[in-house]
Amino acid sequence: MNYKPVIGLEVHIELSTQSKMFCRCSADYFGAKPNTHTCPVCLGLPGAMPKANKLAIEFVQKLGFALKCQPQLSSKFDRKSYFYPDLPKGFQISQFDLPFSQKGHLEIRTGDQIKKIGITRTHLEEDTGKLSHATINGKRVTLIDFNRSGVPLMEVVSEPEMQSATEAKAYSQKLQQIVRYLGISDADMEKGSMRIEPNVSLRKSGDKKLPNYKIELKNINSFRFAERAINYEIERQIQILESGKIPHQETRGWDEKNNRTVSQRSKELSYDYRYFPEPDLPSFNFDQEYFTKLQSQIPELPDQKVKRLLRNYQISEGEAILICQDKNLADFFEETVKVYKGSPKKIVNWITGELLRRLNETNQSIRDINLLPAQLAELLFMTDQNKITNATAKDVFEKMIQNGKSASELISELDLTLISQKELEKTTETVIKNNQKAVADFKNGKKESLDFLIGQTQRLTKGKANPALVRQLLLDKLES
Amino acid sequence: MIDVTTLTLKEVSTLLSKKQIKAQELNGSFLDRAHKLNKKLNSFIAITDDVAIKQAKKVDELIADNQKLNPLAGIPIAFKDLFSTKGIRTTAGSKVLENYVPVYDATSVTRLKDVSAVIIGKTNLDAWGHGSSGENSDFGPTLNPYDLTRVPGGSSSGSAVAVASGACLAATGTDTGGSIRLPAAFCNLIGLKPTYGRVSRYGIIAMASSLDSIGHLTKTVYDNALVLNVTAGVDEFDSTTSTQKFEDYTKDIEKGVQGLRIGLPKEYFEKLDPKIKDSVISAVKTLAKLGATVIDDSLPHTEYGVSTYYIIQPSEVSSNLARYDSIRFGFGREKFGPEAKRRIILGTYTLSAGYYDAYYLKAMKVRRLIRQDFEKVFKKVDVLILPTSPTLPFNLGEKVDDPLTMYLSDIFTVPINLAGVPSLNVPCGFINNLPIGMQIVGPDFSEKLLYQVGYAYEQETKWYQNKPKL
Repeated sequence: MNYKPVIGLEVHIELSTQSKMFCRCSADYFGAKPNTHTCPVCLGLPGAMPKANKLAIEFVQKLGFALKCQPQLSSKFDRKSYFYPDLPKGFQISQFDLPFSQKGHLEIRTGDQIKKIGITRTHLEEDTGKLSHATINGKRVTLIDFNRSGVPLMEVVSEPEMQSATEAKAYSQKLQQIVRYLGISDADMEKGSMRIEPNVSLRKSGDKKLPNYKIELKNINSFRFAERAINYEIERQIQILESGKIPHQETRGWDEKNNRTVSQRSKELSYDYRYFPEPDLPSFNFDQEYFTKLQSQIPELPDQKVKRLLRNYQISEGEAILICQDKNLADFFEETVKVYKGSPKKIVNWITGELLRRLNETNQSIRDINLLPAQLAELLFMTDQNKITNATAKDVFEKMIQNGKSASELISELDLTLISQKELEKTTETVIKNNQKAVADFKNGKKESLDFLIGQTQRLTKGKANPALVRQLLLDKLES
Repeated sequence: MIDVTTLTLKEVSTLLSKKQIKAQELNGSFLDRAHKLNKKLNSFIAITDDVAIKQAKKVDELIADNQKLNPLAGIPIAFKDLFSTKGIRTTAGSKVLENYVPVYDATSVTRLKDVSAVIIGKTNLDAWGHGSSGENSDFGPTLNPYDLTRVPGGSSSGSAVAVASGACLAATGTDTGGSIRLPAAFCNLIGLKPTYGRVSRYGIIAMASSLDSIGHLTKTVYDNALVLNVTAGVDEFDSTTSTQKFEDYTKDIEKGVQGLRIGLPKEYFEKLDPKIKDSVISAVKTLAKLGATVIDDSLPHTEYGVSTYYIIQPSEVSSNLARYDSIRFGFGREKFGPEAKRRIILGTYTLSAGYYDAYYLKAMKVRRLIRQDFEKVFKKVDVLILPTSPTLPFNLGEKVDDPLTMYLSDIFTVPINLAGVPSLNVPCGFINNLPIGMQIVGPDFSEKLLYQVGYAYEQETKWYQNKPKL
């Protein structure tokens, strides 16, 4: 039997506002001492009341625009009731029927294919505290850290329109990219500020109806694991369906040690969250003027940037996409273009080659390193002027990233300037004199001997010779 | 020497500012009386001697320094035990919070502290504010000082009795369905349920958030206005507070009722003790004599008030009580009393999937109709006058086993909470030596007008001078 995966994604993203969603506590809890970013509101103490963070609302509405959602003129918060020790009030302030944005789409690319994935809604809620289990004085206890409690959390729900793990990964990455372009979250999967929950089920090829079950995947902290978990789940479900059964509706977690999904919680009985409007927060009414102003604050987004780079510089689409993955990288490129008067193509080659290779090796981003556009421009200019060889330039580049010095500083410090032709002529003469056997071989037709002689020359000049010039000078002398 | 505990807040305030009495001495007298009477009346869950003496001493220093002070400076005030008081145990009248000490002050507490009012104690109440008699307290019932065999009304039972018995000069309360006005009526006091959003709810243990109004009880109308002057106003911690401006509520309080249009909605004069009806009608006649015009009127959706209220209120209660899980503070859920459990179960049911539309959503629609009744009527009249309670203060134990009958004690007060408008209970006489109250109800943010009407009537009748014999 042939099955087609039906995949939808729920993505939670913590917004990078300074304060929490409903109180003044700092939302920057990562690495903070437990329970130091708390107050009566986020601890759910008796009598405490929420006050909505306006900036967080603007953030989620901006994402709504970026995802081509319809602006929602009226919206409200609701209480979602459930019991869990990390939820101090016994309910989470979330949004039920009037989210801040709904009905949009996200364009993703896999290989050469472009596909629109529907966005059901984006809404705002508060994050929960964090539980950890420990043994203290021989007693097994559960500790609760409420620093995360009340951090603004945005949930983006897609339509179940993805058909492969690759598409799901492309969707998540694109969403992360847009969120970062908007500057509304660092959307870091490892830190937990972006969490992906794919819903996976299968239907027979040709079936139009959605399957009558759905598996929700949790505990995924990287795109790679998301891809693996979905692929594992597709295989697992095929086997169950092939045996004539229907997979058990449940939540499954990704077990990264054993590369498999494991059952976490049966979801056969759907929770009754008893939603009702949050009486402590008046509902919202936005006008067109407000939305117009908000829309004007939205920066150029990845797809627009790619198109503009293609239009303005002679680079390939693949290169443009690669550069625009990270807004800072694209900015770096354009800044370099401004300073460096040569071909943008050459900059792109350096960025996609040397720079990205190095960044990928160290798992860093352009922001993590000390490199100014002017530094790269100067380096490129010096190679254009034949002041250094390409090979030298690569070494200089590496040192430049390490210590932040300029290309000219490094070159003079390390005495890397190309030696003059006159000096080089002398060196080639010495090489010819000292390597008579090789010279004889060359004259007898063994052309490889020339490479040996070039190598010897480079050795004597410590690599500071222009290779093309060395070759030319040697040939001139050998063939005269 | 005069007994300060028999005076009004305004009178005591004058003595203080004229340096005829020291705040410490004054508060000492009230503390003594509070201790002495508490054994009999059980109006306090805690009497905060240390806090009060310390605050009073500070006030004496300020007065000695000739600082300009608010009239409430040095005045002993009691707080219903739903108001979070930093460092002072706050129980909500429930054993669940028997050991809970807040780390912060409710906004109202902060505001009263800021003008140097003295916290004399935390008052008894029906646990979580659930009740009309005070009998649902886990700390024992409070008794009516006018007749110790009768209830003082609830849920702000302790606050009412503390003021009526002269243990303090003002006490705060919360009114979700009548919890300030009913005890005010049963104890011969002025009780204000302000417009929803006039006074901050922040820090006050929530009962039903869309209905809870934060007010207070005093002996006189003027005293009441003095307290509202401090507690009213927008609060950045409570998003439902209004930015609507207000001026000194005591200003023009003597304006009178000449030309005022008073509405009498017929629905409120049908199902009540005929003697209470007579008292209220007689009070209206007094106001007519003072120059008001009386107009018969109607609030047609009144009959749906109690049933609407008993959907919305338990729904919100069930949600607000969810946090009492004993994980971070307090004791476990097994300590909830029968009334809280009843409301949790009711509210959980009415919010459940499949029932939400039929109950909660429907009730919210009816609530809108009830509000519209008031909006319409206030196009024709300036204020409404209604009875506060359909019955006289009832006997202890009389309704405690019959929740439905108990719920009907609030038949004349809950529609006002559903509408969100302000209402002032003003004493309007005695029957068999038991106090009776009437409500003066006005449109949103008409507290000033309510005080003017109440003051005019009070000056004619001076029921507040009729003190309990203890």
